[in-house]
Amino acid sequence: MTTEEHAEHAVPNYMAIFWWLLGLTIAEIAWAIIPHHSELVLASGIVALAIVKAVLVALYFMHLKFERKTMGVLFASTLILGMILVSVGIAEQVLPRP
Amino acid sequence: MHEAALTFDPHAEEDRTSTGIPHDKMGMWVFLCSEVMFFTGLIGSYIVLRFGSKWPDPKQTLNIWLTAGNTFILICSSVTMVKALEWIQRGNIAKAKLFMCLTLLGGSIFLSVQVYEYRHLLHEGFNPHVSLFGSTFYTMTGFHGFHVFCGVVCIAWCTGKLFLGKYTQQHHLGIETLGLYWHFVDLVWILLFAIVYLI
Repeated sequence: MTTEEHAEHAVPNYMAIFWWLLGLTIAEIAWAIIPHHSELVLASGIVALAIVKAVLVALYFMHLKFERKTMGVLFASTLILGMILVSVGIAEQVLPRP
Repeated sequence: MHEAALTFDPHAEEDRTSTGIPHDKMGMWVFLCSEVMFFTGLIGSYIVLRFGSKWPDPKQTLNIWLTAGNTFILICSSVTMVKALEWIQRGNIAKAKLFMCLTLLGGSIFLSVQVYEYRHLLHEGFNPHVSLFGSTFYTMTGFHGFHVFCGVVCIAWCTGKLFLGKYTQQHHLGIETLGLYWHFVDLVWILLFAIVYLI
C-alpha cells in the first residue's frame, strides 16, 4: 500500500473539527468560572469536555478513525493501562485504610 | 530469497511492515504509546496529589485567559498541520508550504507565551519550591513545553526539507509522521489545560 493509497479515505472536514474544539474550549472555561456546589461536579464536567476534545483530535487529526484496527488496539491498550494506573492511585486515596 | 529483500531502498515508502503500515509511522505510534504512559504517570500523580491534600485554587495563581489563548493557538497549529498534510497529498506544494510555516509560527508563539507565563509567575514568587502545586505545575507544563520545543525544531526541519523539494505528493511520510507527534502534543495539552488550570 502506497502513501497515496493510505490516504484514500474521505477527507474529514477539519474546519468543522476546529470549530467543535473551539466551542468545547469555551464551554470548558465557562464551566470552570461558574460557581459549583461541589468540586466533583466542576472536575467531572471539565474532564468530560477535555476527553471529548482529546478524542476528536485523536480520531480526526491523527486519523485514528481511518487507520487500521491495529493502531486503535495499540493506542487503546496504553490508554487502558494508564486508566488502571490512575484508578489504583485514586482508590488508594479514597478507600479507607485498614 | 525474494528479490525485493535484496534491494533495500531507504527512501521507498512501499517498504512495509507485516502490518501494512510504513515503518516510520508504526515507529511513531509505538513511541506515542510510550508517551501516553509517560504523561499518564504525570497526570495520575497530579490527580492523586491534587485530591489527596490541601490544594490552592489554580485560578487564583494562574492566568487562565492567557493560557486559554495559548490553547487556542496550539489547536490552530494542529489544524494548520493537518491542512499542510492534506494539501501535499493533493499535490499543492505551495499551500503545504504555507500551512507548514503557519504551524511553525503557532508552535513558536505557544512556546513564547509559555516562557512569558513562567517569567511572570517566577517574578510573583510562584516557583517549583513554593508548594506541591508549584512543583507539579512546573514538572507537567515543563515536560510538555519540552515536547513542544522538540516539535517546533522538527517542524522547522521538515519545513526546510519541503522548501528544498524533498517532499512530494507521493513521498511525504516525514510530514505525516511529524503531524502525528504534533497532534499528540496538542492532545496532551488539552488534558493538561483542563486538569492543571481549570480544576
